[in-house]
Amino acid sequence: MLNDFLLLMKQELVITIIIFILLFVKLGKKDWQNQSLIRFANILLFINLVSGFLFPCNGTLFGDMFRTSELLIFEKNLLNLGTLIISLQSYNWLKEHRHVPEFYMLLLSTLLGMFFMISSSNLLMFYLALELSTIPLAALANFDLEKRRSSEAAFKMIISSAFSSGLLLFGISLVYGATGTLNFAELSTTLIANPLNIFSFILLIAGFGFKISAVPFHLWTADVYEGSPVAVTSYLSVISKGAILFVLVSVLYNVFTPLNESWYNMLFLLSVLTMLIGNLFALRQQNMKRFLAFSSIAQVGFILIGITGQSAEGSASVIYFILIYIFSNLAAFGVINLVSAVTGRENVDDYRGFYKNNKTLAWVLAIALFSLGGIPPTAGFFGKFFLLLAGAGKGNYLLITIASLNMVISLYYYLRVIKAMFMDGNDNPIEPVKTGWSPKIAMAICVGGIIITGLTSGAYNYIHSLVR
Amino acid sequence: MNLSLLILIPLLTALAILPAKGLKQVRAIALLGSAAQLILCFALFYFYQQQRAGGDASGFLFETSYTWYAPLNINYHVGVDGISIAMILLTAFVVMAGVLVSWKVERLSKEFFFLLIFLSLGAYGFFIALDLFTLFFFLEVAVIPKFLLIGIWGSGKKEYSAMKLALMLMGGSALVFVGLAGLYFNTDVNGAHSFDILQIAGMNIPVEVQKLFFPFAFLGFGIFTALFPFHTWVPDGHSSAPTAASMFLAGISMKLGGYGCLRVATYLMPDAAQQYSTIIIVLACIAILYGAFATMMQTDLKYINAYSSVSHCGFVLLGIGMLTKTAINGAVMQMVSHGLMTALFFAVIGMIYDRTHTRQVAQLGGLMKMMPFISTVFVIAGLCSLGLPGFSGFVAEVTVFMGSWEKADAFYRIATIIACASIVVTAVYILRAAGKAIMGPIINNEHLSLGDAGWNERLAAGLLIAGIVVIGIVPFLLKDLINPGTEVIIQKLAGFVNK
Repeated sequence: MLNDFLLLMKQELVITIIIFILLFVKLGKKDWQNQSLIRFANILLFINLVSGFLFPCNGTLFGDMFRTSELLIFEKNLLNLGTLIISLQSYNWLKEHRHVPEFYMLLLSTLLGMFFMISSSNLLMFYLALELSTIPLAALANFDLEKRRSSEAAFKMIISSAFSSGLLLFGISLVYGATGTLNFAELSTTLIANPLNIFSFILLIAGFGFKISAVPFHLWTADVYEGSPVAVTSYLSVISKGAILFVLVSVLYNVFTPLNESWYNMLFLLSVLTMLIGNLFALRQQNMKRFLAFSSIAQVGFILIGITGQSAEGSASVIYFILIYIFSNLAAFGVINLVSAVTGRENVDDYRGFYKNNKTLAWVLAIALFSLGGIPPTAGFFGKFFLLLAGAGKGNYLLITIASLNMVISLYYYLRVIKAMFMDGNDNPIEPVKTGWSPKIAMAICVGGIIITGLTSGAYNYIHSLVR
Repeated sequence: MNLSLLILIPLLTALAILPAKGLKQVRAIALLGSAAQLILCFALFYFYQQQRAGGDASGFLFETSYTWYAPLNINYHVGVDGISIAMILLTAFVVMAGVLVSWKVERLSKEFFFLLIFLSLGAYGFFIALDLFTLFFFLEVAVIPKFLLIGIWGSGKKEYSAMKLALMLMGGSALVFVGLAGLYFNTDVNGAHSFDILQIAGMNIPVEVQKLFFPFAFLGFGIFTALFPFHTWVPDGHSSAPTAASMFLAGISMKLGGYGCLRVATYLMPDAAQQYSTIIIVLACIAILYGAFATMMQTDLKYINAYSSVSHCGFVLLGIGMLTKTAINGAVMQMVSHGLMTALFFAVIGMIYDRTHTRQVAQLGGLMKMMPFISTVFVIAGLCSLGLPGFSGFVAEVTVFMGSWEKADAFYRIATIIACASIVVTAVYILRAAGKAIMGPIINNEHLSLGDAGWNERLAAGLLIAGIVVIGIVPFLLKDLINPGTEVIIQKLAGFVNK
């Protein structure tokens, strides 16, 4: 019994233990240096990542509220990897910060919330976990304590989150009212496509849509991403989105199957709007963080196309793309994080002539942007290709054509940054950025991931075997 | 003969360039790599002929296939037939000439040669691919190196041209993707879909499906080969690019589109090809005429060559549109011939620009006096362009015209006449440019002190001229190479006619 419990909730338990360790560190008499504290935290996160791969198992707990399977364990491992990379990259910013243990505790609390969310098989557990993952994030958004922008971002985030959670809860309560159950397995058999259920589904999609910044629920994204410290922005744009998308895929494919027609059309509309608006707004951005915010909105549009595939290829391509997206986006954010922490410059114009003094960093950012744009031989090409291919499986070639043409638009704004770095001159180019080994490892992992996960089929084949 | 060597050698060359120090090491490695690749291509040609002579009449030789993404039935499947080998040889010649011509690139030379070799990798992979995903992969690999080459080392409005080129080619790829997805989902091989060209060619895709996706595939590839009205990236792109990049762009990159139109659009969707042939012929004729007349207006040597490329690639599309054996043979020969010829022309313009720092015809005059070798090569390239017998241009164009004339309908005859008439216009702008810049009085006395071609430039020019002359004088070498490949395509088309 206890054995079962320990094994099935292994990843959640490890994270909880780490949170407590950090709590004791904070409360302890000994005063830790920031650098050693960060290193300690990174080691803990690494242990966390590795432990995720040991002893995989399937099963349910708490009366079928919590379930785990190889696929879910893999998804959690992806989020662990992303968190480790973010932590490694934030070294320069964190070592000047006054509240390092709190940062990690809040970060891991959100991660814990996301783990429970992914593992939930009951709407109530899902909502609980969603709140657990959102509230610390709002506190994290405020972590640039001296900047007004940061507080503004946190406020915007908490208010919009609260509102969307309210909508979500309303939808859940309507579902409960209609079917009398909150359990995923039972819902999939008792739901029918009547107007009430469709309405509650729309509310649920609104809640999800807010979290993944789908249009028209994206208005909070740019300001929050710009105001938050870069570490939190990368976490929001990659891990938070990734977790919600994992849940969305599993909920749509397993729970709401009776409503397949309805949600297909809804996602079609959402993805077209998201791609278009994301692209159009990204074209005009000057701040790198806002730019990446809008570009990640457009990426979500592509992911939604993969979800519309309603097939094993659909969910496999989504999970695979999130893996690649973790590597690409974190590589891009890594460079921006570093430059911002060392020089404080965040504008696209500041990156003109970047190649002159910072050849390696320029290439890392270039590879990351190529991957985001879907250029071979980076993994982003494979990810986007498979997403669109999965989407085309339903025979809706209009959607695919719109998506492909959107890739051209998105290429324009990615190439604009490349152009600034490699082709433009600058009277005041960014000085050579010196960095410790921690961000370097993180960026190396990302670039290695970008190059390897595309050209070799191991990752995709494994994911596909899990999804079948 | 392992075809993956064709990809491996450029890859190793590119990787070997990265740790090199100094221009001398970098260009030595690049030259060695491209020379090795050229020798490999000749070896491939030799082995191919051997196997054919030995009686192997299968469609594609040296096939290898590795499972890549098993759940989606995507395989790394490569193989060659005569048409592929002709294009591969073309690529090897142009890349080697390009490396030689870029001998003096000082600025960021390591990155320059790396990108150039990486670019060629994309072309080789494209021509040997027999799986649509692999083909698409290599098609797109080439886009970013082009963007960087033009944007960093180009001249004139290089950033604008680079961006326009990248976006339009990406747009072409986007359309090609839709066509490929359409083909994929309408194939059924043991219950799974397939990207394999041979498998798709072997099955009957419903005509309705073909009619829907043929425009996507043809238009997408057509953008690469300057199909009117999507040719606008050509003049700016080619003219702003550095010499080696222009040579590659006009010589090879535009042929990617022609090859794609032939191998993917026409071969796999023959019914639709028949039905859309009228539109293709009309667009091709417009490209031929419009390109020719637009060239007459140009005053910049590079723009002259760029617009004339639009016109000459129109012949390729005309041949593909006519759908007769001779016409398709002509189209492939035109791809090879134009590739060599335009690479030669861009090389020579680059040599002139390096010395005189101007590309305007009005500012050049009497160059034959100071630069006899370069001027002679210029004249040779010009004469090949206007189709003088003895050079490959004549052979290719005559084949296309004869193939087009085979169809007795008034529409086709008129199209052929229009296409032939463009030769006169070609002659006008070529002879005018040559006459003014090469012959004629010396306009700028500063030019008197200019030197002639160096050893690298002579070698590059010699290489390309050898190709042009060999095809011009013994064209059956090329024709016998590509004929079996064309046979296969014609048979697939005939399968439609006899249905």
